[in-house]
Amino acid sequence: MPRPLHKEFLKGLWEEIPPFRLVLGLCPVLAVTRSVENGIGMGLATAFVLVCSNMLISLLRNHIPPKVRIACYILVIATFVTIVDLLMQAFTYPLYQKLGIFIPLIVVNCIVLGRAEAFASKNPLLPSLADGLGIGIGFTLSLATLGALREIFGNGTFFGHTVFGPGYMPLTFLVEAPGAFIGLGLLLGLMNLISQRR
Amino acid sequence: MTTYILLAVTCILVNNIVLTQYLGICPFMGTSKAMETATGMAMAVLFVLVMAGSVTWMVEHWLLVPLGITFLRTIAFILIIASLVQFVEMFLKKSAPGLYASLGIFLPLITTNCAVMGACLLAISADYSFIETLVASTGYALGFGLALILFAGVRERLFQGRIPKAFRDTAIGLVTAGVISLSFFAFKGMG
Repeated sequence: MPRPLHKEFLKGLWEEIPPFRLVLGLCPVLAVTRSVENGIGMGLATAFVLVCSNMLISLLRNHIPPKVRIACYILVIATFVTIVDLLMQAFTYPLYQKLGIFIPLIVVNCIVLGRAEAFASKNPLLPSLADGLGIGIGFTLSLATLGALREIFGNGTFFGHTVFGPGYMPLTFLVEAPGAFIGLGLLLGLMNLISQRR
Repeated sequence: MTTYILLAVTCILVNNIVLTQYLGICPFMGTSKAMETATGMAMAVLFVLVMAGSVTWMVEHWLLVPLGITFLRTIAFILIIASLVQFVEMFLKKSAPGLYASLGIFLPLITTNCAVMGACLLAISADYSFIETLVASTGYALGFGLALILFAGVRERLFQGRIPKAFRDTAIGLVTAGVISLSFFAFKGMG
């Protein structure tokens, strides 16, 4: 019994939004959310890989032998990651330099492999596309939120523009590693609190 | 010799792979609920990371660079790591069943552990020599183990605390990791 497409899409935005509901793929979340811009860039790169690999795996789902399926998925994902890597190197070089090794590391992002295994390998093309888009956009939103929090309070800026007056003392520890962990932990707790109240 | 010791200290403490480089967070959160699983994971990572570090160095410098196909690095490395994990699994099953049983499910999980792939990529981008890569991989793996075991110790105590329901498990775990990370942050001043 297939669910309508918009439901597959929307579930990625709240019900199963990564990395809060699906606690997977935390490394890029912590590493690149120093600023909103980095967060959105990383989110979109991951979303692209997610959508493309979901579609291809869904098309190939009847041809991939079950025993070697994980290796096949990884190969498909690695191909798309290489494409993103080369595209970003060509068109958004400054962002590419800031994200560094986290672009090739999309290959080991558990969200992408997780969706391939849990969804795309069992569903036809269109639902897989909707699922990939939803989860990808949800991931981008989460990264942007955490990036905004850390940039505004840790650096006093938003997209590089100053937010507070000159008297503001930035909480610099928020843009460093400890701030990433604590920020994500607090945000996760807050999300749990909101969904409990509902 | 001093350079190698300094490199090891840098990789274990100053640039700790989990707490300052943000790599391998999933197994860090996932296997730190009990001390036993934490030590199992730390051992498995040490084993695979040192091998993966040396093999990827050889492939990068003897195959990808001479042939001018460095854009295939991502695909090549993930294939190396995946097959290495398979190989190590089969080898241990045959020759060291005791160790195999204790590492158990952690071995296959390492394929998607970004600490392994990340450490290999970091070693390549830092342009290390072969010996330096070996030292750095060992250092990163030991740093991973150190962070994981420290964190597991704290986390075992957390289960007895009275924590608001919304913050239980992962949320409080991340905040705790932040506090531990803050203490590792102090090593930055040593550089």
